Amino acid sequence: MARMKFICDSERCIECNGCVTACKAEHEVPWGVNRRRVVTLNDGVPGEKSISVACMHCSDAPCMAVCPVDCFYRTDEGVVLHDKDVCIGCGYCSYACPFGAPQFPTNGTFGLRGKMDKCTFCAGGPEANGSEAEYEKYGRNRLAEGKLPACAEMCSTKALIGGDGDVVADIFRTRVLNRGKGSEVWGWGTAYGKPVAGGAAPAQPKAAKS
Amino acid sequence: MRRAPLLGLLVAAALLGACAEKQQTAATRQLDDKPWAGPAAGQHADAGFKAGDQAAWQEQLRTRAQRGQNEYTRAAAQP
Repeated sequence: MARMKFICDSERCIECNGCVTACKAEHEVPWGVNRRRVVTLNDGVPGEKSISVACMHCSDAPCMAVCPVDCFYRTDEGVVLHDKDVCIGCGYCSYACPFGAPQFPTNGTFGLRGKMDKCTFCAGGPEANGSEAEYEKYGRNRLAEGKLPACAEMCSTKALIGGDGDVVADIFRTRVLNRGKGSEVWGWGTAYGKPVAGGAAPAQPKAAKS
Repeated sequence: MRRAPLLGLLVAAALLGACAEKQQTAATRQLDDKPWAGPAAGQHADAGFKAGDQAAWQEQLRTRAQRGQNEYTRAAAQP
């Protein structure tokens, strides 16, 4: 089995926020905490694109690298989880994460920052599978019930796909082949541009004057 | 009269008890259960895999992903 992964098909996402609602309802996520959110690029402009963003369960997770108390761990299935009993709520992971996945609930009269909360790929936490303690801290453990994340399973247009990375890639590849386009939407080419045939060579940095 | 110093010591010990140093041992991460170990007894599990069977669990997730998220295979299966 490959690693568990999410992918959001921006050609299909209609910004309905069904994934956000499914996640909030499934895990009883507290007010002010959004484990998943929908981001729209060029909002209001014809051709706008939306994607659903949460923890991407990175293979080389920066949150794990910077955590001073080492509260993160990666399961054999590639899901990045954390232990809230160890987390000190410092917020370093929030600075390190490129997706803004770590969330911090504000509790009490003075808005005290609580322990970090994030998407668990519906895999709960280190407590016993399906236990009350696990549900209270991390939400429901759907993987242990033989199910996939609620956000992906509830997506009305199936824009958000989640599960075994091989299967996810296979589904997305089939769509791209059927559409005849779409592979360029996200990826290396979008992030870094493409070489232009006959284009000007990139500017060379000027030598520093002595 | 002899009990007074003893009583005083006891009261002082009780009052100063809160000044004791807190345990500073770092909490360590707990080990997580394997997802294929299944949910707690009495909880719902999707039909298709037995608790403790890793291969069946993986097959269950694969099937669920294909059937639930890949409409091209579902459309192709139609007569």
